[in-house]
Amino acid sequence: MSSSSLVSVNDLIKTYGEGDTATHVLKGLNLDLERGDLSALLGPSGSGKSTLLTILGTLMKPTSGRHEMLGEDLTSADDAELTEFRNRHIGFVFQFHHLLPDFTALENVVFPTAVHAGRETRAARERGRELLNRVGLGERMDYLATQLSGGQKQRVAIARALINRPELVLADEPTGNLDRESAEQVMELIGEINREEQTSFLISTHDEKIAASCRRQVLVRDGETADMNA
Amino acid sequence: MRYGLKIAFRYLTANKAQTGLLITGVAVGVFVFIFMSALIGGLAVYLVQSTVGNVSHVTVEAPSREASLLVSEADGDVLVVTQAATNQRELLRTADAFLPLIDTWEGIAATSRQVVGNGLAVRGQVRAPVSVTGVDLDKLSAIADIAGSITSGDADVSGMKVVIGSSLAEDLSIRVGQVLRLQSDRDIDLGLMVSGIFEIGVEALDRRAAFVSLATARTLFELPQGVSRIEIKLEDLNQAEQFARRIEAETGLAATPWTEGNAQLLSGLRAQANSGNLIKAFALITIVIGVASALLLSTYRRRPEIGIMRAMGASRGFVVLVFVTQGALIGLLGGMIGAAIGFAALSPFPLPENAEPGGFPIDVRQGAYGLAISLTALGAILASILPARSASRVDPVSVIGQ
Repeated sequence: MSSSSLVSVNDLIKTYGEGDTATHVLKGLNLDLERGDLSALLGPSGSGKSTLLTILGTLMKPTSGRHEMLGEDLTSADDAELTEFRNRHIGFVFQFHHLLPDFTALENVVFPTAVHAGRETRAARERGRELLNRVGLGERMDYLATQLSGGQKQRVAIARALINRPELVLADEPTGNLDRESAEQVMELIGEINREEQTSFLISTHDEKIAASCRRQVLVRDGETADMNA
Repeated sequence: MRYGLKIAFRYLTANKAQTGLLITGVAVGVFVFIFMSALIGGLAVYLVQSTVGNVSHVTVEAPSREASLLVSEADGDVLVVTQAATNQRELLRTADAFLPLIDTWEGIAATSRQVVGNGLAVRGQVRAPVSVTGVDLDKLSAIADIAGSITSGDADVSGMKVVIGSSLAEDLSIRVGQVLRLQSDRDIDLGLMVSGIFEIGVEALDRRAAFVSLATARTLFELPQGVSRIEIKLEDLNQAEQFARRIEAETGLAATPWTEGNAQLLSGLRAQANSGNLIKAFALITIVIGVASALLLSTYRRRPEIGIMRAMGASRGFVVLVFVTQGALIGLLGGMIGAAIGFAALSPFPLPENAEPGGFPIDVRQGAYGLAISLTALGAILASILPARSASRVDPVSVIGQ
């Protein structure tokens, strides 16, 4: 791994089920992500994009292969170690935002820090406010998640993904549930953060326009990757 | 911990109606627990009080004298026939030496030296068997509340006076101020003035008992020294067996606790306590099942949120903490509300000591409030472990796509 290498996966295989019913989703997939990358993950439905994101997010282990991030071998780590690693180094943005509905925008943003520290520290709340201002929701900090529009929720989800200053943010169809205007705002925001904070983004999308706004496009097909920029 | 508490609290307050119903259910269970404790406890106090409240809790007597063998069994087979000396009376000759010591023990409410014997109460042609008890003048009401049960005259046994029960007075057609002849089993005959008539409500006392001074009893039964027995009343009659053992160990005298002669009462009280415990256990089980099912439902409803928390870096332990804390909060809150309602609802009832016969002998002091709250909190925590573990096993991947 080079010094700028962030993630490296080699010969990644993921198989669901066993025997005749086994489904091979990833078939020896290889991928490297550099620090500061803004990459789009493309591919048809069922190609293995979501499975790859799930494995990169340490939410699932591959059947075989090697998965490293920041020089750490994550394939041999146990659940507690992966949870800790995920909390400190990886942010998530989901298609359906997945905010905690009984919590305010600020409380949602601060959650990853608070769950690690055991309390909502003043520094975390300060950072949370800063991020919400950044995503244009300074006026909505104390609104419950249920009181926000779809675009606003997604912007809160982006702020939440960034609260712990992760090296990698994995976004699964972050604009898939938004209207065109909101989608563009969200992508603009991601681009800004990527440029200014050197946070790497890997964005799974079907939208070619979104993919084109990323510097790199990675195609997943039949459980393998092809770098479209190569 | 603090953050887990915040999330648990937020979850509970997010659905106020459901949480309110759950806490109400727990509070009702706790109220049943407290009500049963107070009722069973009060009933026990009432029964014991009405049965043994007016009798000695520990009775000290001289150990019975047994004839000793003059030949050794080593000399061969020995056949022994013992005949009880019916004309000999066991006497406590050392009572005066021990009594001041026993009087100083903590937990002793009163002691009473007594000379007792049987005789006949004679009034004209009517004769009635009586049990005569001679007591120190100031100790007439030390054991049975004679002074408080006087229906006519005074509780005065000084000089040549006697206090008798109401049934006996009725049988002899005698009133206060009239003279009664007492004939002892030692053939001593004394004329005594009836100074008071009592009615305790225990037939054995009201019909058979006659109280005189210690000096009069000594004359009647020809006992110039010693006493027949010492009766002791304790502050806590449940300590009778311990006190009896202590007296025997420290004085060598025979001490009998009230429990020895009331095995049936004790067995009844035990059965009653067991029934109460069973009902209390059912109340607790209901609480546990209620909390467990409510939290299981909550776990199911919040699966997506739990998955997101896990994805954001919440450990399994944190998820367990959130749900166990919810159980603990429900248990504590429900327990405290139930205990408060229980105390408020039971307080107006008179204490069993003052309960009217046929009344409702509830003892608000025996509500076991602390125990009820602790057991409920513990039960709710235990009940939340299963849902909490189930929540901690939610696979974030399975809910992220939903």
